[in-house]
Amino acid sequence: MRKTTQLKTTRLGVLVAGMLTTLALSGPAVAESVESYPSQNVQYIIPFGPGGESDISARMQQQYFEEITSQQLIIQYMPGGGGAVGWSQLNGMDADGYTIMGTNLPHIILKPMGKDPGFKTQDLKNFFFFHYSPDALIVRNDSPYKTLEDFIAAAKEAPGSITVSGSGTQSANDIANRRLESLADIKTTYIPFKGTGASVTALLGGQVAAEWGYTTVAANHHDKVRMLAVASEKRHPLFPDVPTFQELGYDMTGGAYRGMAVPKDTPEDVTMKLSNIFSQINANPEFRQKMKELGFVLIDVPYPEVEEFMAKQQAAYEKVARDMGIID
Amino acid sequence: MEILGFMADALSPINLLLAVLGVAAGIVIGALPGLSATMAVAVLVPVTFGMPTEMALIMLGAIYTGAIYGGSYAAILINTPGTPSAIATTFDGYPMARRGDGDLAVTLSTLSSVIGGLVGAVALLTLAPLLAQIALKFGPVEYFWLAIFGLTMISALSEGSILKGFIGAGFGLLLSTVGVSVIGADIRYTFGSQFLLGGVEIISALIGLYCVPVLIDLVATPSAHLKPPEQKRGMRLAEGVGLMCKGKFNALRSSVIGVVVAIMPGAGGSIASLVSYSEARRASPHSERFGHGEPDGVIATETTNNAVVGGGFIPTFVLGIPGTPPDAVILGALLVQGFRTGPEMFTTNAQVTYTFIGGLFIATLVMLPLGLLIGRYAFKSIVSIPKALLVPSIAFMTIIGTYAIRNNPFDVVVMVVLGVLGWVLSRYGIKPSPIVLGLILGPIAEQGFVQGYLMGNASGSVMAIFFGRPLSLAIIALILISVAYPLWRAGRGRSSKEAAHEH
Repeated sequence: MRKTTQLKTTRLGVLVAGMLTTLALSGPAVAESVESYPSQNVQYIIPFGPGGESDISARMQQQYFEEITSQQLIIQYMPGGGGAVGWSQLNGMDADGYTIMGTNLPHIILKPMGKDPGFKTQDLKNFFFFHYSPDALIVRNDSPYKTLEDFIAAAKEAPGSITVSGSGTQSANDIANRRLESLADIKTTYIPFKGTGASVTALLGGQVAAEWGYTTVAANHHDKVRMLAVASEKRHPLFPDVPTFQELGYDMTGGAYRGMAVPKDTPEDVTMKLSNIFSQINANPEFRQKMKELGFVLIDVPYPEVEEFMAKQQAAYEKVARDMGIID
Repeated sequence: MEILGFMADALSPINLLLAVLGVAAGIVIGALPGLSATMAVAVLVPVTFGMPTEMALIMLGAIYTGAIYGGSYAAILINTPGTPSAIATTFDGYPMARRGDGDLAVTLSTLSSVIGGLVGAVALLTLAPLLAQIALKFGPVEYFWLAIFGLTMISALSEGSILKGFIGAGFGLLLSTVGVSVIGADIRYTFGSQFLLGGVEIISALIGLYCVPVLIDLVATPSAHLKPPEQKRGMRLAEGVGLMCKGKFNALRSSVIGVVVAIMPGAGGSIASLVSYSEARRASPHSERFGHGEPDGVIATETTNNAVVGGGFIPTFVLGIPGTPPDAVILGALLVQGFRTGPEMFTTNAQVTYTFIGGLFIATLVMLPLGLLIGRYAFKSIVSIPKALLVPSIAFMTIIGTYAIRNNPFDVVVMVVLGVLGWVLSRYGIKPSPIVLGLILGPIAEQGFVQGYLMGNASGSVMAIFFGRPLSLAIIALILISVAYPLWRAGRGRSSKEAAHEH
């Protein structure tokens, strides 16, 4: 916190100094030119607590941001309401390009569909989506289910008797479970936990038969668990032996996508510049290698393509939400 | 022998320096209400990016250890837990300080934290893989029963009327339901406010319920905050060591409780120290002195919360599942460093792991001289600062601290409202501790119950899930003992009094 106050003061100092210079030159009070952006540290707000995947992937970006811009990316946390506390306040923050916030799919699409969480999907000005953690159906190494077909056959035999853990309700995991249920015409018992950590613990402890997680979870616990299938388009390079759902005849791809947004009044040129900076980070070979080893899949959705990307996601999740009864 | 060599690596000058710096920074951050151990660790993470893994880990471990210990200063001197793990330290630490024994309480807390920290580190060094397996035996149902067991501690924690204790706990449970629920994603008791979506944050509730009443009383009464010591004296180290020797079984039991609770993800230091406090009280021949400045109360909570540090690393390293919230941050930092947890932590990466454990030992030992030094300074300054300066400084710290937790100005409002409410309630005999207990245990009980119910439905028998598992039955037995014991004790007390009357 002391750090933050200090930052705030220096920021104020810079601002005052800037204003004085402008006055001294008696030129018109223009906004900072986009060429010199960023001329100070950028606040990167994660609307979740520290230690989760959103935090870890932001930490990965942090070091490369400084290499490119020689300014620091300061990570702050604003947890609460599964991200809603942060997103509902984003547009009220300084729209000068020095405040950005992490955004997550499907959260920012699904939350406003139910009750009012204080923000609307289209009010968030996303400027870059940089990766996703593909959904994966995970079992313990000693599980009787060797393949996805074993799992589905068992679920058909005794509907509702197979327990599957996951993080949260109406979350990426919950949706993945519903999608497989409808594609394979099976019924399972989905048990929501608070966060991926608790949900993995339930799997490792044998409390549940399987877990909806991500390739990242399997990478992290590779000695104890295996994946039956992953919901990416291609097999993940870390797990060349694990088939995709598509290969097995179930048309599902998806997972938890992560991007960044700015307050909606942020100038277009600054937003574009931010998008370019994060594209550059995504292109860094060392960054790519580290992200791959953690199980993430990198994607590049720069600012000009965000609208189309969001429209596509919105349509896909609306269909699922209708099936789930979140909207009618 | 190889292991000892790795551990000795922690003794290199640079590692030693990092440990000292980390502990000192941790003590200061932990001592400030609102700046928790989790935050101390999170702030440090970017600094460690450029360091080799073992150095980064040593520094993170040191700041964590220091912060947990530092939390006791605020608990003892201003009745406000500096970190959630220090809640129970307020029970006896603050009464000790009120009567002029603040220096002794700080010394005891230092000695206890060192002992607890050492026991935790030894457990991490020797029993990690074994204990990690126990952690996995705890499923949703066990967590549900544990939360119920925790609620039975109300009888130990409530001063005077047990009924009022339950009213407080009920209020705490109700507060814990505010916000978006984990299971079902229902929005509850937010009254349309987007700020309440995130629920009542535990640390801001702690600051409000414990610290604001102290501030109100400071302003409302003319007497000095703490009784200043009559003559110049040191930190009463000899006296502290004497009390520690007397309380050695208490310290050992509390350390073990700390390690055991720490390895269960989802419990954490606050619950561990509450459990060990109530156990210490139950076991003590002077249980009536607890809550009125009994040194054993400080010993129990402070050994426990530092034993949690080493204990929490057990599931973090062996299973990749963080034992406590600061462990989650450290685990994240490890992943960013390109480091994997799991069995290889003790095989291929043994060097890093054992150097880190060595570092944890050193950080714990460094805490002794450093703690006595900083503690003396903290005690003196709180005692000698005039009230007109003390009250606004504490008030300022509570507001900054509450805001800092999640950068949410509304948390400050919640803190102040709960503080005033807490002050009013405590005038009617409803103390803050049962309220906080309800707030902490509510979500654990609720989630455990619903998850257990869903598991039961899937397997065909809800009853078998809740009452058919050996571990659950053991916890249920503990609950029964915990409920029956005060009744039995009260009954015995009455009959012995009656017997005395007859003669």
